[in-house]
Amino acid sequence: MLIFSVFKTLTDQQVTVELKNDLSITGVLKSVDQFLNIRLDNIKVLDEARHPHMMAVKNCFIRGSVVRYVQLPSEHVDTQLLEDATRRESLAAVKR
Amino acid sequence: MSSLQGYVDRRVLLILQDGRVIVFPASKPNANPQGVMVGFDQKSNVVLSDSKERIYSIDAGVEEAPLGLYLVKGDMIVLIGELDDAVDQAVDLGTIHAEPIPPIRY
Repeated sequence: MLIFSVFKTLTDQQVTVELKNDLSITGVLKSVDQFLNIRLDNIKVLDEARHPHMMAVKNCFIRGSVVRYVQLPSEHVDTQLLEDATRRESLAAVKR
Repeated sequence: MSSLQGYVDRRVLLILQDGRVIVFPASKPNANPQGVMVGFDQKSNVVLSDSKERIYSIDAGVEEAPLGLYLVKGDMIVLIGELDDAVDQAVDLGTIHAEPIPPIRY
C-alpha cells in the first residue's frame, strides 16, 4: 500500500519502466492502480533500433505483474519520509 | 485508478507474455471504425475486433496474420498501447526487420 502511495505522488513525472521481457520504456507517469498497473504517456522505448515494435504507440498501459523495475526521479522521492513510513507500517503490522 | 477505459474504441497494440504482438488493421480514412478494442473488465481481459498478429523476424519484413475477433485473457497481457494512426500508416512494415519481443521471464 505504501508503494502505491509513493507512485501516486509521482504522477506527471518522467519514469523508466523495465519489463520482464527486457523492454525498457520511458514516459510520463499518468496513473497507477492497486495492482501497480502503470499508465504512461509520451512513451519511448529505450533501445528503439532493436525494438521498433512500439514506434507508433504514444501512450500505454503496463500490467503491474510484468514490471521488473521502475526508475524514479530521485529528486521527487523523499527517502527519509519513505523510511519513516516504512518503519511505521512494519511497527503497526507487529502490533496487530 | 489506472483503467483501460481510455482505450475502448481505439486502435491499440497488445504485447503478450509469449512475445506476440497483436494489432488492429489500419482503418482507411473515413471508413467505419474497425479493428478496435471493444471491451475490457476488472481483470484486464480484453476483447478486440478484427485483430491481426504482427510477426517480426530478422530475415524478413513484418508479416501480418489476420486473427479476427479475439478475447485476450488479462494474465497474458504485458502491455496495451494506443496507436498513433498517422505514424503507424507512414511505416512500411515490409522494410522492418527486427527480433521478435522476448517472452516474459520471471
